[in-house]
Amino acid sequence: MAAAREAAVTLDLARVRADFPVLARMVSGRALAYLDNAASSQQPSAVIDAVADYARSHHANVHRGVHTLSQEATALYEGAREKARRFVNAATSSEIVFVRGTTEAINLVAQSYARPKFGTGDEIVVTRLEHHSNIVPWQIVAGQTGAVVRVVPIDRRGVVDFEAYLALLGPRTRVVALAHVSNALGTVLPLADFIAAARERGIATVVDGAQAVPHMAVDVRALGCDFYAFSAHKMYGPTGIGVLYAREPVLAAMPPWQGGGDMILSVSFEGSTWNHLPYRFEAGTPNIGGAVGLGAAIDYLGRIGPAPIAAHEHDLLDYATQRLAAIDGLTLVGTAPAKSSLVSFAVEGIHPHDLGTVLDSHGVAVRTGHHCAMPVMEFFELPATTRASFGLYNTRAEVDALVAALGDAIRMLR
Amino acid sequence: MDLADLYRDVIVDHNRSPRNRGRLPGATHHADGDNPLCGDRLSLDVELEGDVIRDLRFEGSGCAISTASASLMSEAVKGRTRIETAEIFGAVHRMLTGEPADPARLGKLAALAGVREFPARVKCASLAWHTLNAALAGGRDPVTTE
Repeated sequence: MAAAREAAVTLDLARVRADFPVLARMVSGRALAYLDNAASSQQPSAVIDAVADYARSHHANVHRGVHTLSQEATALYEGAREKARRFVNAATSSEIVFVRGTTEAINLVAQSYARPKFGTGDEIVVTRLEHHSNIVPWQIVAGQTGAVVRVVPIDRRGVVDFEAYLALLGPRTRVVALAHVSNALGTVLPLADFIAAARERGIATVVDGAQAVPHMAVDVRALGCDFYAFSAHKMYGPTGIGVLYAREPVLAAMPPWQGGGDMILSVSFEGSTWNHLPYRFEAGTPNIGGAVGLGAAIDYLGRIGPAPIAAHEHDLLDYATQRLAAIDGLTLVGTAPAKSSLVSFAVEGIHPHDLGTVLDSHGVAVRTGHHCAMPVMEFFELPATTRASFGLYNTRAEVDALVAALGDAIRMLR
Repeated sequence: MDLADLYRDVIVDHNRSPRNRGRLPGATHHADGDNPLCGDRLSLDVELEGDVIRDLRFEGSGCAISTASASLMSEAVKGRTRIETAEIFGAVHRMLTGEPADPARLGKLAALAGVREFPARVKCASLAWHTLNAALAGGRDPVTTE
């Protein structure tokens, strides 16, 4: 066992790449270089097969039937919940609510936690680098309750100003909503410090962990947050499934946000009683196959381990940063000292969408646009950037392909 | 899909040096266009004398396709009547959506023909034209490609 653990310090890249069937395909006549992992990552065979096996052999509705398939489906679904619990080190699986994704998780918190409790003049604190999914749900609940959204500034590197954050935490602050990792810039927030400061003041904490979980181990109990949200499809799982972790005493005090089957204990026209946690928050037939896929993705990440993944991705980040910085007229956007494995950049005289098209003709898939973080673009006075985001299966050769394609775009368009 | 067919020399030239860029103090018509997916923005001033486009200028930020399309459009419709402009727009629209092109009407605008092979970019090329339509219609609401 000890030998196996030692051997796992470095990533077996060839083996990892063989796990992902899509990486073998060609795009525009070239080998695909998939560098859009922050938008959505690809799925390994282990995930694809688990979802297919569920559909082929075990599908039925969960929590309902006494027949064999229903029991198997329930066992698989609840097994995935237990995997998710261990993945973020929650205390009990009743703290794991399955949702469609991070966006739905944050909307759930805004509507079920914040809306009944917040009133005029209450304050919601978010940072300047949040994804729209951690801004708009708060604007909606602010409109409904009279609360106001206050914004923690960032500096030119894309680092969130901790002193300004502390200064914003006041007697009316009811919740802080923070991205663990910025999707547009890659900034990694020193989350434990931010959460501790809020907790000391009795302020609830909501973390958008969508960009963190594929890259690092997350321990919600060590962090001490009240809510932590993430999506399967950014961590090599399927789309349409994600997790809201919520600390049990907080979740227990929240009313349901959607009504329907599975979230009740009894229904009569005199009134209904709500089911236990976490089922109270899972109205209707859930995405069972998605949950199975998420469980398989968690197992897959667990087999490789967070340390080899982090080491490999940081090597790619350092290499890409160094190679891109050498390109004339290229400006890196987001240069925080603590970054996850993505590079956002602007090339003088060339619009990101033209870059995206030229890169695609080289088989290089990147994201171009505002990355659903328009306040970040506004801060840097850019309409859009080009973003290459790396996952565990990317290679230095793919960074080279990106750099070569950029050279081609510059020759053609500048 | 050949990239050289999208970024023809005419497109690259009009992107590098857009014609009729700026504001028009004597504008009689104006419209703003917006492509929310790309973040492209276009602001168009038109000076109409009777039925004829005497002058037009555009400002904004966008990709090479949207900038070149606006620049080529500005050259193509200057001095044209509303009806002639609508006919040119019709020809451009047919070209972008893959219908048989009409080279006589298109002139230099035929350089945009390669766009139809890149469906994600058709909106970039059509933004300026929708904005011009809105300006001539006298509408106040910004146009969007969505």
